[in-house]
Amino acid sequence: MKMPSRAVLLTGLSITIVVLAALSLSAGRVWIPLSAWFNDADDPQWIILFDLRLPRTILGVAVGMALGISGAALQGYARNPLADPGVLGVSSMAALGAVMTLYLGTAMTLPWVLPVAAMVGAIIGIALLLLLSGGASSILSFILAGMILNTLSSAGVALALNLSPSPWAVSEIINWLMGSLADRSVDDVRLALPFIAAGCAVLLTTGRALDALTLGDAGARSLGINLQRTRLLLAVGVGLAAGASVAVTGVIGFVGLITPHIMRPLVGARPGALLVPSALAGAAIVLAADILVRITPAGTELKLGVAMAALGAPFFLMLLISLRRKTV
Amino acid sequence: MSGFKASDIHVRLGEKTVLDGVSLAFAPGQVTTIVGPNGAGKSTLLTVLAGLRVPDRGQVTLEGADITSLTPSARAQCIGYLPQLPEVAWPIDVRTLVGLGRIPFSGARGLSAADDAAVDRALKAGGIESMADRNVLTLSGGERGRVLLARVLAGEPKWLLADEPLTGLDPGYQLEATSLFRKMAAEGCGVVVTLHDLHMALRMSDRVVVLAAGRILADGAPSAALSPEILAQAYGVDARVWDGEAGPVIEIVGRRS
Repeated sequence: MKMPSRAVLLTGLSITIVVLAALSLSAGRVWIPLSAWFNDADDPQWIILFDLRLPRTILGVAVGMALGISGAALQGYARNPLADPGVLGVSSMAALGAVMTLYLGTAMTLPWVLPVAAMVGAIIGIALLLLLSGGASSILSFILAGMILNTLSSAGVALALNLSPSPWAVSEIINWLMGSLADRSVDDVRLALPFIAAGCAVLLTTGRALDALTLGDAGARSLGINLQRTRLLLAVGVGLAAGASVAVTGVIGFVGLITPHIMRPLVGARPGALLVPSALAGAAIVLAADILVRITPAGTELKLGVAMAALGAPFFLMLLISLRRKTV
Repeated sequence: MSGFKASDIHVRLGEKTVLDGVSLAFAPGQVTTIVGPNGAGKSTLLTVLAGLRVPDRGQVTLEGADITSLTPSARAQCIGYLPQLPEVAWPIDVRTLVGLGRIPFSGARGLSAADDAAVDRALKAGGIESMADRNVLTLSGGERGRVLLARVLAGEPKWLLADEPLTGLDPGYQLEATSLFRKMAAEGCGVVVTLHDLHMALRMSDRVVVLAAGRILADGAPSAALSPEILAQAYGVDARVWDGEAGPVIEIVGRRS
């Protein structure tokens, strides 16, 4: 397949995001025409548009970008197409922070506590990750440290569920863990956006190092790449971007994993070249999935995390079939 | 203080002493070949020279400056290093892979026109222009070896350090690669390679260093350093050297009993 030029691809992805964002503002149980932008501020359609749909759409774009670029950066670093933000354990540490507020009930009385606790969880996760992986520059120590964090946070979440004071708290924790963009406010946007922007900016600086890592650790170092610095930038970038995403939406899997896979045939496999397209494609995927969960006829709105997981499994089945065809 | 110098290099890996007081000075415009039996310390020496491993004792200086005092980019702009088992993680095209050799020179915006011109020269020098658009992972081992060598050439290094660069190449490409090293040396580049092929070492080098058990056993002109006596000490083999049509030939007669 002939690859489109980078400019054409980035323009196409940007237009897709704009179209999906416009749809995301309108679609839902109540269809809001875009002309409602010009209604009075006390008009119900205007309120739905600005108080519900706009924050949801902005967060959809931001979270999709964060997860897409994090997945591309981590796959480049690990030289493994199965790496994603969940691998480092930062997302699960953020989830543990949020779950603790639900367990203790503080999330009910002070709603802002949940995302803040998730961010604190993500920051502790980054610090532990760097501490546990130590001075060694090997990918293995980095991934092992991530596995330790994942195991630790899974145990913490399971413990919170096990010792939960009420069935209501259990239900809240499970609901939150499933991941959703529903009912997010401008405050959530204000909380997450700066961290996501900072995280994405940090990850964009790793492009050359990720390209050099195509040649392995020794090859990259011989090209003047400081691997420890690269690892620090990755941990901070993914921690900020993915941590802030989890803080406001819960756990949304597969976006970081599948987005680079979708982009590789279109931009090539050079890891640095995948970062921006993966961010844009991640935004488009999350927006599209979020529109789908809203318009799916069901008694209760589907959770975005559930929808992404349902889409992820067939995607990997297709990948497996295509790999088998190539090797036969 | 010009040139490239290693002084009293000691490296231990676990309990094993891999390099034991190795001192060497390299001059630009020369092809130096390091030979020695398996485990002699050749690859370790090359990683120390490339600044990728800090020795337990000793110092490497480049143009008079301690190599550890150079920034990684400054070091990479001077030294092109080809590892023994180069890895290629992703299915990228040959041109993109060769372009990775320009990373020490390129900024965040990617390759400049000057970088592109250097990549063109490297593709031509490596004789791989015709495969520029091919996926690296679909190439044979020998073809990939040529591409990876061209990747190092794209950096237009002042010093080329290549670990077993002829492995996997057919005889024709081995000769092409050795003439490339000679050409680079003629243009002022200092070329240091490790080889197992003693015959090629004898034919292409200005100087041969024989390493055994982490120490220098011989260092000098190829015919002197690769004498039957030195080969017997280094490898435990009986060998004889005779003049063939295309130059001297080393014949390994058998293992010394």
